[in-house]
Amino acid sequence: MVKLSVDGIEIEVPNGTSVLQAAELAGKEIPRFCYHERLSVAGNCRMCLVEVDKVPKPVASCAWPVANGMVVKTDSPMVRNGRRGVMEFLLINHPLDCPICDQGGECDLQDESMGYGWDRSRFREPKRAVREKDFGPLVKTVMTRCIHCTRCIRFLAEVAGVPQLGATGRGEDMEIDTHIKLALSSELSGNIIDLCPVGALTSKPYAFIARSWELARVDSIDVLDAVGTNISVDSRGPEVLRVLPRINDEVNEEWLADKSRFAIDGLKHRRLDRPWIRRNSKLVPASWDDAFHVIAARLKGLSGEKIGAIAGDLADAESMLALKDLMTALGSRNLDCRQDGARLDASRRDFYLLNTTIAGIEQADAVLILGADPRREAPVLNARIRKRWVAGNFPVGLIGPAVDLTYHAELLGDGPASLARLLAGEHPFAAKLRAAKRPMLILGEAALARADGAAVLAAAWRLAAEFGMLRPDWHGFNVLHTAAARVGALDLGFVPGAGAKDFSAMRAGAVDLLWLLGADEFDAARIPPAVFVVYQGHHGDRGAARADVILPGAAYTEKHGTYVNTEGRAQRGRLAVYPPGEAREDWRILRAFSAVVGHSLPYDDLESLRRRLAAVHPAFARIGSLGAPGCADPTGPAGDPAAVLPTPFSYPIANYYQTDPISRASPTMARCTETFSPRLAQAAE
Amino acid sequence: MIEKEALESLRVEQFAFDEASEAAIPAILTKYPEGRQASAVLPMLDLAQRQMRRTTGSAWLPVAAMNEVAERLRMPPIRVYEVATFYLMFNRRPIGKFHLQVCTTTPCWLRGSDEVVAACRKSTGIAGWGETSKDGLFTMTEVECLGACVNAPILQVNDDFYEDMDGPATENLLAALRHGDVPPAGSALGRQGSAPADGRTTLLGNGC
Ligand code: SF4
Ligand code: FES
Ligand code: FES
Repeated sequence: MVKLSVDGIEIEVPNGTSVLQAAELAGKEIPRFCYHERLSVAGNCRMCLVEVDKVPKPVASCAWPVANGMVVKTDSPMVRNGRRGVMEFLLINHPLDCPICDQGGECDLQDESMGYGWDRSRFREPKRAVREKDFGPLVKTVMTRCIHCTRCIRFLAEVAGVPQLGATGRGEDMEIDTHIKLALSSELSGNIIDLCPVGALTSKPYAFIARSWELARVDSIDVLDAVGTNISVDSRGPEVLRVLPRINDEVNEEWLADKSRFAIDGLKHRRLDRPWIRRNSKLVPASWDDAFHVIAARLKGLSGEKIGAIAGDLADAESMLALKDLMTALGSRNLDCRQDGARLDASRRDFYLLNTTIAGIEQADAVLILGADPRREAPVLNARIRKRWVAGNFPVGLIGPAVDLTYHAELLGDGPASLARLLAGEHPFAAKLRAAKRPMLILGEAALARADGAAVLAAAWRLAAEFGMLRPDWHGFNVLHTAAARVGALDLGFVPGAGAKDFSAMRAGAVDLLWLLGADEFDAARIPPAVFVVYQGHHGDRGAARADVILPGAAYTEKHGTYVNTEGRAQRGRLAVYPPGEAREDWRILRAFSAVVGHSLPYDDLESLRRRLAAVHPAFARIGSLGAPGCADPTGPAGDPAAVLPTPFSYPIANYYQTDPISRASPTMARCTETFSPRLAQAAE
Repeated sequence: MIEKEALESLRVEQFAFDEASEAAIPAILTKYPEGRQASAVLPMLDLAQRQMRRTTGSAWLPVAAMNEVAERLRMPPIRVYEVATFYLMFNRRPIGKFHLQVCTTTPCWLRGSDEVVAACRKSTGIAGWGETSKDGLFTMTEVECLGACVNAPILQVNDDFYEDMDGPATENLLAALRHGDVPPAGSALGRQGSAPADGRTTLLGNGC
């Protein structure tokens, strides 16, 4: 520890702390442009100048380590003058275009210039102008505004692991560029918009849409993957205009994946804003009453066995519980949430969770990835794996088709058979795994969505047990989910009861009435025509196209909902805008319908529904936090580890940008698909 | 500008080190400790540019060559582009067979670099900096101090310094180059190294 004083405040900080960090600990704010606590130190903007006793010149505090007895002044005349000088230099080439700049109102340069800027310019020479770059459909550039802090370069190289940006040229000709006209292909590229301290990098789809002070902000949870990224939803009037990440070190640090950030324009397209009923094979608009009565009429006389429900990937826990309760009241146990047919075992929670936890990845010292492509399935979580990998001494093994994960992964085979070889110690990676003190494995949900899914699950568990991953103090067995709704659904028991029909049976026509709660991730058109399909959801996607009755629900930004992420962390999304037209919050639809069929659900408001949720599973009672860590019981899931098939694993996400009804409806995501997977875009047409 | 250059340099899609370059690579790489191979980026780029001169007559670096260097040194291509665009000695578009690098920094300017520039213009027909003559033989570039001010003004042609230049000396030099002769580098006045122009002033054997 090192003792120093900052503006007369004595503090003690760990060795290696920078003066800037120490000053922050002492409660002193230091202006900065290039420094960012999650990136390497560049020390190139010089805005963070402070005075250190016995040092003749002002020092850049972000790049200056503390020393014992150091006396730091953060607000002396020397400091203020120094910063003013820096500001004057920065503004020399910075255009005076704040009135037409999207960063206006939330710009670090603008803010700092209030403190250190001067209202006149002494610069008489021509200002430099920099040609715009085309970084693809997401990031807009106004490069003349760039102050060369290099945060964007460092983020892409260090955090995203897709080093495409650099500083080309020199001196006055220096530019931030890819040099070869690349569209930034990182799934995390949007974060450089947040990092850019000025308006050089802004959001392309959001360009000139709104001013930051016009927006109403609501804290919420992202649902476009299973990470549970903490977001804030910015809206104006009835429209969601922007989604930004919120800091949560346990989940997303301060990053947000591109789909979650940019797919929101999909919330305005293909919306179901009124009920529809199929009459003579044509969908016609209807009233809520009519829609309910058509369903009720169809239900009449149907035994519970002939009714089923499938919950989709974006469903909130509240509506799934309401649907489950409704099904129970109707005598049905035909429930499933596994639209991909994954043989997830809901009998014990650690069979389907990412038990190591996202932050826990940083404690691991070896990882084996089985049939998962975390880069596309959960980009923010992948950044965590990469962070651990960058720290060193972290062997990564991959079983599955070769794929670029942004870090080096040793390819150990492409199918479950390689598990046995690893177990037998036939691959050198086995030794690395055995040597690790906190090894972990990540099993992709898609690796379970195969005929031998149960066997794969059992084999992976056995491997975890064999390699010491299942200990009271360390749980290294992890399932990586792709759907925000899945873990919550499993917690609620949204799976077939004993002897009841599962997803594939229901899809194949084993029920006469099938209730789809936002279930769009399977080929609904193949449901036999005799089955009466109720689709409750927010987008006119695959499910709605097949439906006999459509009940318009709310998207995640339009309802209060609880989502359990892949780690098993329950978090609350909040309503930012109201659902369009006649659409309603989903649990209310189910509650209303239950009254029509005479099985009124026992909750009239969100509070009582949430009390019931907490009673069904304790996870819903501890919002934001996790259960006890470690593996209490190494007994594995049912399933014969030897019954695995030789078929190679495959990854569930062919096109990262379009994976759900919202992103499929998003024009921005369509542009991304065209840019990054032109073949898929053509095939879709 | 950069954009145009980038486009041009993209036109060459293929680059592979030839036998002669390959022979030089191990010696370059072994200069840097294992794991620090990226440090070799400057000599490798230089090697590539020299190969371009040898094989095409124009010493420049297409993006394909930068990519090849990145591949060899296992570094992201953008890190190579950064270096290649930082150093003005790397030409990112095709240049003439003879690269006329005229120093116009103060000492050279005081000693008459304007005349050298004018002579270059006159005998090559080049109007402005960075241009290449119609016959494709010459490209003229303005450079900063070449570190040889004591023999100012300097005209660097490819790797060689022609010193103590003036208008006529420049014209003669260019004429010779055009005819395929490469006159010996060094002082146009014929002085030895940087010894005083009008003969020795020391070590005269008379005690001085
Ligand atoms: S574009 Fe923005 S983040 Fe990147 S270097 Fe310029 S100012 Fe910094
Ligand atoms: S913040 Fe310290 S130099 Fe930029
Ligand atoms: S000024 Fe021309 S070589 Fe130094």
